[in-house]
Amino acid sequence: MRQALISIEGVLLDEELTLTFAELRQLCGSSDQIIELLVDEGVLHPWGKRPKEWRFSGREVSRARRVLRLQRDLDLNLAGAALALDLLEEIESLRARVHLLERRAGG
Amino acid sequence: MEYKDYYKILGIERDASQDEIKRAYRRLARKYHPDVSKESNAEARFKEINEANEVLKDPEKRAAYDNLGSGWQAGQDFHPPPGGGFEHQEFHFRPEDMAQFSDFFASVFGRGARGEARRRRGEDQSARLRIDLSDAYKGTTRQLRLDEPVIGADGRVSSRTRTLNVRIPAGVTQGQQIRLGGQGTPGPGGGPAGDLYLEIDIAPHPQFRADRKDIHVELPVAPWEAALGATVPVPTLGGPVNLKIPAGSQSGKRLRLKGRGLPGATAGDELVELVIVAPPPETDEQRALYRRMAEAFSFNPRAGMGV
Repeated sequence: MRQALISIEGVLLDEELTLTFAELRQLCGSSDQIIELLVDEGVLHPWGKRPKEWRFSGREVSRARRVLRLQRDLDLNLAGAALALDLLEEIESLRARVHLLERRAGG
Repeated sequence: MEYKDYYKILGIERDASQDEIKRAYRRLARKYHPDVSKESNAEARFKEINEANEVLKDPEKRAAYDNLGSGWQAGQDFHPPPGGGFEHQEFHFRPEDMAQFSDFFASVFGRGARGEARRRRGEDQSARLRIDLSDAYKGTTRQLRLDEPVIGADGRVSSRTRTLNVRIPAGVTQGQQIRLGGQGTPGPGGGPAGDLYLEIDIAPHPQFRADRKDIHVELPVAPWEAALGATVPVPTLGGPVNLKIPAGSQSGKRLRLKGRGLPGATAGDELVELVIVAPPPETDEQRALYRRMAEAFSFNPRAGMGV
């Protein structure tokens, strides 16, 4: 088993990072049409009026990739995957909230 | 290597219809999909389910698998048929799928990858990385070990372990993703590698709670510090700082230490919640002091409760 040791720094996909339509499409391994559908479906919230002017927050990369994975792996349509994503995110934020409250009550 | 019972993995009978296979796969995929499931073994289970589905959903591959016979038990030591699998049949799988699948799978279907090694981009990979809050504050370097597929000249897929030193910048938050361009699965046929996506998971801290970039902390104060006002030390991720407590503060009062949360272009704040802690009286003098307070204050802490 060969090993190569490489030291690298990645790119933080946070709100301080801005991506163009083409960049987001590339990171999603997707098409123009799919990205436009994700915007129409309300999964992505770019600023700018027309697709050419659209700018996406780095945070939206993981949302877009996740919804596309759900769609593909669970054989969902885009609206179903978008609903699943919304519900999953809500569950995650409620879980985090419960966790914090439990720690406060316990401490 | 161990025999895999794909029917058992999907929880179906050997004579299940293609429709039943599809339904069983969907049901299990919903339960164990790593994006959905909170179960700790979800990722391993999902891979197993995918592998079983990959074989059983295709009647040809299913027939080949069935030809191994039904006498095998899951986990039983398995030796591929002489000649190394299905020499005369060609099965098509994506090499990056193959690399995820078990040795058992590779021994049965391993040859199928050969025809597919045309040049294209490799798959993206993802991994979770758990770090301490203090590392999120000051940044850290972590060593990651990744398994990646290697497609040999004969089309056989094996895996090798690659070690990466990844620099995590200061100020990452829970669930934050970091993209490492070109560090995913190598591209077949000399194509460009995919990307590696790291998801940051911040371990719970005994003192601090992180909410995105803000840090919450509960600060115990003495009744006289709260009543008279005081300047007291507060722990922050960057070390203790002094905080001025206004006179007349109550438990639950929140004070903000601007910019003392996780760093970034807009750094988070530290939100300090006061908790008044009354000292237990241990001497006669201390008990006398509490009695004097009781006399000096006409104070009913339950006035608002109507009792």
